[in-house]
Amino acid sequence: MSTKLKAAVAADAPRLSLTEKDGASFLCAGGAWTVNVAAELDGRLSRLSLPSGESVVLDLSAIDSLDTAGAWLLLRTERALLRRGNRVETRGLSPVFAPLLAQLRAASAQAPVLPEREGAPAVAAFLARIGEMTLALLGRGLGMIGFLGLVAATGLSLLRHPRRLRLTATIAQMEQTGVNALPIVGLLSFLIGIVIAYQGSDQLRRFGAEIYTVNLLAVGILRELGVLMTAIIIAGRSGSAFTAQIGTMRVTQEIDALHTIGLDPIEVLVMPRLLALFVTLPLLTLFADFMGLLGGSFLSAIALGIPAQEFMSQLRLALSPWTLWIGLIKAPFFAVIIALIGCYEGFQVSRSAESVGRLTTLSVVEAIFLVIVLDAAFSVLFAVLKI
Amino acid sequence: MSGRKTRGERVIRVRGLVNRFGAETVHDGLDLDVFRGEALGVVGGSGSGKSVLLRTIIGLNRPEKGTVEVFGEDVYRISERERHELEKRWGVLFQDGALFSSLTVAENVAVPLVEHLRLPEPLIAEIVAFKIRLARLPADAATKFPAQLSGGMRKRAGLARALALDPEILFLDEPTSGLDPIAASELDSLIRDLKSSLGLSVFLVTHDLDSLFAICDRIAVLVDKRVRVGTLDEVSRDDHPWTHSYFHGPRGRAAELQKAQIG
Repeated sequence: MSTKLKAAVAADAPRLSLTEKDGASFLCAGGAWTVNVAAELDGRLSRLSLPSGESVVLDLSAIDSLDTAGAWLLLRTERALLRRGNRVETRGLSPVFAPLLAQLRAASAQAPVLPEREGAPAVAAFLARIGEMTLALLGRGLGMIGFLGLVAATGLSLLRHPRRLRLTATIAQMEQTGVNALPIVGLLSFLIGIVIAYQGSDQLRRFGAEIYTVNLLAVGILRELGVLMTAIIIAGRSGSAFTAQIGTMRVTQEIDALHTIGLDPIEVLVMPRLLALFVTLPLLTLFADFMGLLGGSFLSAIALGIPAQEFMSQLRLALSPWTLWIGLIKAPFFAVIIALIGCYEGFQVSRSAESVGRLTTLSVVEAIFLVIVLDAAFSVLFAVLKI
Repeated sequence: MSGRKTRGERVIRVRGLVNRFGAETVHDGLDLDVFRGEALGVVGGSGSGKSVLLRTIIGLNRPEKGTVEVFGEDVYRISERERHELEKRWGVLFQDGALFSSLTVAENVAVPLVEHLRLPEPLIAEIVAFKIRLARLPADAATKFPAQLSGGMRKRAGLARALALDPEILFLDEPTSGLDPIAASELDSLIRDLKSSLGLSVFLVTHDLDSLFAICDRIAVLVDKRVRVGTLDEVSRDDHPWTHSYFHGPRGRAAELQKAQIG
């Protein structure tokens, strides 16, 4: 540390003494009374046995530096002395520090106390918390249904006036959510194909039925995993982006500006995102299906010795006319869920920047949760329909 | 221009400062001094680099050329530890308070105390409550979060945090912008009182002529990528076109008139 800084930090040490003379107590303070030594001073002051009902002189003449923390300690001591029924005379403070003490005295006419944060008994607090969370959840659900209605109404009016659709914004969103997501969706699906083929073949080999790995792949990826993986990736990638984008616009009051200019934020911000995802998610799913099968056939060729031609002919046998469609048909529904939740949570952002982060996390969690719930519901539905 | 009278210790010394962003030069060979116990007001048009100057002095924006010394230490050449010691000796109030949004006002004010000093917890609570009152915030603001406060209260809370460690220099970035005139003049008088009672040096970036009149001992006008420094009288007699229209435009005259009536 340089000498200049050290000198400033280690100014002369604080001094404090309590003496008695001619029936009066003298509390003498000296040296540096600053925030750097406040802890030491605090300790020494609390160890002092203060007199009661006497006349006390608070002699400050030896103080050579004083800041607000030191001044507070002086004021606090003076008050403690007064509370004990002493007559207190404060004297000797250098005129340099007089304005400081005067101002602080004025600022703390009443002793400053921090109000306690409200606390309730543990059980009651726990129950209250459950209640609050339940109400908040119900409120969210209602809010989302309301938002769905708002979007549906806007969508219907767009059907009547298709020229009001923001085509440029929609296509830009398609590029963002679709084209730019191709690499990550493709790579992950390819890897999932490899993993499934490997794990499946390991089990099926025991029955000498390795060739059925292809059936496992076809059904697993086309019906379920292709679309589910894609939806989860897009919820993490685009759903979060929707919340962050719209949320930031809330913080900077851009949404309010849209309103005042007479533009409908739903029409301008939500519809392009919703439409874009509605189109791109099925297409991405198709791509994911293809890449997943490619990954599976790659592993089959290398590890199982099933050549590509045999893979193809077995695939043709494994596929029913519905297999591909059952996966694809879910994609638009997932798209609506992701886009609606992403946008809805964006609109929930208050004016603080912190809520953008919180709601972005929330929107991804909610979107993935609802996508999986809906997927389960589809499974039940298809089981009932026997397809 | 003057500014060379004996004024005691220099707390800030800027020499030959050059700041460039891409092709745009913001500062070109800027020199500036701030002396202990004085309040220096920095004015200039939008985009003239007032806030950049402040950020450069407090070590947030490494300049392309030139030296910045605070308390005789070159801000950009000292070690991490020395920086740490230096930061204990200044307080900064950013434009919108820059309070940590996940902490309450009281917790915000406590951050520097907890980080830099080992103090017993009750004492920290006392000092925090005291600073909050010193910044003239109502006591119930202490447990509120920044998002629940008005702009003026956020600035006061930011000021309370900047004052937490009893700094020797207070940096203020447009403390009165966005406040109503009453709140603004209250903040001005608060800063002036704190300056005189705590012996603070103040580095004030502002657009607000009233703040200049109320607080500042000297004024630095940022024109042509440098500063012209002087007392209010000297600067307002300067014949640079921007300076002239700043001090003698309708708003400048109004503020001056008000000052004359009060003083």
